[in-house]
Amino acid sequence: MMAAQAQHGTTPLHLILAWGFVGIPLAWGVIETVLNAIKLFQ
Amino acid sequence: MGATTLSHRGMPGLLHRDRTVAGPGFSRWMVPPAALCVHLCIGEAYAFSVFNLPMTKLIGITKSAPDDWKLTELGWIFSIAIVVLGLSAAVMGRWVEEGGPRRAMATAGVCFGGGFLVSALGISVHNIWLVYLGYGVLGGIGLGLGYISPVSTLIKWFPDRPGMATGMAIMGFGGAAFIASPLSVALMRYFSTPTHIGVAETFVVLGIVYFCFMEVGAAVVRLPPPGWAPAGYVVPAQSKKLVTTRHVFVYQALKTPQFWLIWFVLCLNVTAGIGVLGQASAMSQEMFPGRVTVSAAAGFVGLMSLFNMGGRFFWASVSDFIGRKNTYFVFFALGFVLYALVPLAGGAGNVALFVLCFCIIISMYGGGFATVPAYLKDMFGTRYVGAIHGWLLTAWSAAGVLGPVLVNYIRQYNVDNGVPKAQAYNNTMYILAALLVAGFLCNLFIRAVHERHYMAEDAADAVGMAN
Repeated sequence: MMAAQAQHGTTPLHLILAWGFVGIPLAWGVIETVLNAIKLFQ
Repeated sequence: MGATTLSHRGMPGLLHRDRTVAGPGFSRWMVPPAALCVHLCIGEAYAFSVFNLPMTKLIGITKSAPDDWKLTELGWIFSIAIVVLGLSAAVMGRWVEEGGPRRAMATAGVCFGGGFLVSALGISVHNIWLVYLGYGVLGGIGLGLGYISPVSTLIKWFPDRPGMATGMAIMGFGGAAFIASPLSVALMRYFSTPTHIGVAETFVVLGIVYFCFMEVGAAVVRLPPPGWAPAGYVVPAQSKKLVTTRHVFVYQALKTPQFWLIWFVLCLNVTAGIGVLGQASAMSQEMFPGRVTVSAAAGFVGLMSLFNMGGRFFWASVSDFIGRKNTYFVFFALGFVLYALVPLAGGAGNVALFVLCFCIIISMYGGGFATVPAYLKDMFGTRYVGAIHGWLLTAWSAAGVLGPVLVNYIRQYNVDNGVPKAQAYNNTMYILAALLVAGFLCNLFIRAVHERHYMAEDAADAVGMAN
């Protein structure tokens, strides 16, 4: 069974790519929201 | 020879549970991004309201024509999606758990992305029933499968920090609207012309993007190998007071008082939060007339959304240290004080106190969602936690009806009886505070699951589920 799977381990590059893939859009959305929320205090 | 070995019949399919088991060297920190790939897409549901007004002007373009859809008709799209979310999570929870996360997440991507495409067709031919079928039913199934599957997988990878792990995924669900809302608006602006509103094209793009994003998550996700535990983590030999090391079968869990007490705990916590979340903009303007403008109210809603998202990660992580039961005690006790403070803040004209109260309340609303999977894991074990979580989500569906109805109808009743708008929410706040007292009591009564409900160890192995 194990031979049938991807055996290569996770590298730091994999982690950076994976977290960047979800983190960048989320960060963009949060920044957009914060910019809108600032209007509450203006 | 089982399906898990190489044979003349070939390997099990790519989506098969056995092909999802991690090999040596796989880092469990790859799983949260995989989960986020799904939750950051399906959480788009929170931003669906950005399509409401444009969809009322598809024929009239600048204003609604007589044949254009009404807001009341469009409101059903979201409602159907949320109801189908609860139903599909409940009915298909066992299929999700036994088939593994990749099959469930891939299917969720097909359903959610496909739902957008079917809806786009419905918009093009101006048939509301196709939109109900697409986003409501098909998308709702994608929501249900996509919600529970990554959560259950994360619990298995993070036995040492289940709250933090599920908090990360469910934080994504709360934060998805931050991406979906500006993206949808930008796409509609791009595809719109003076004679056409580009909602259908926007749906096509979103459907394809969400499908691709979710399939990436399905490709990355892995299950831990049998017997796996994180380095330095020792699996407790015996169950603690409210944290079991054994497992309860999904349909057996439904027969326990603990399941229904947690159901009410979630329902009451969500009812209180969802009731004010939908009315936050109007409430802030009516309680502080002339001081909170429309744009400031929009900023307030955005701020609450940030706390909704952050609370999911924060409170679920805190629950790993103070325990799930104590976390919910904090939600209900602190929530009671804060709801009672809101009328005082309104009476005193203290906007800052009002904003602070609601931001903390909403953080605990999100925290309730994110902490509950770990609560279920503690009570019923990891084996069927996804399926049990699926059934529990019906509490969300119930709260989704109860919360807004409570806030809207009580406010209207007060206004009709001559109560000034600035004070029309006071009674509602006290009623919501009373709901939290009921939630506190439900939480208080939760005890460890009785011995007779647990599965025999070999029973779970018989269905081929190592974790």
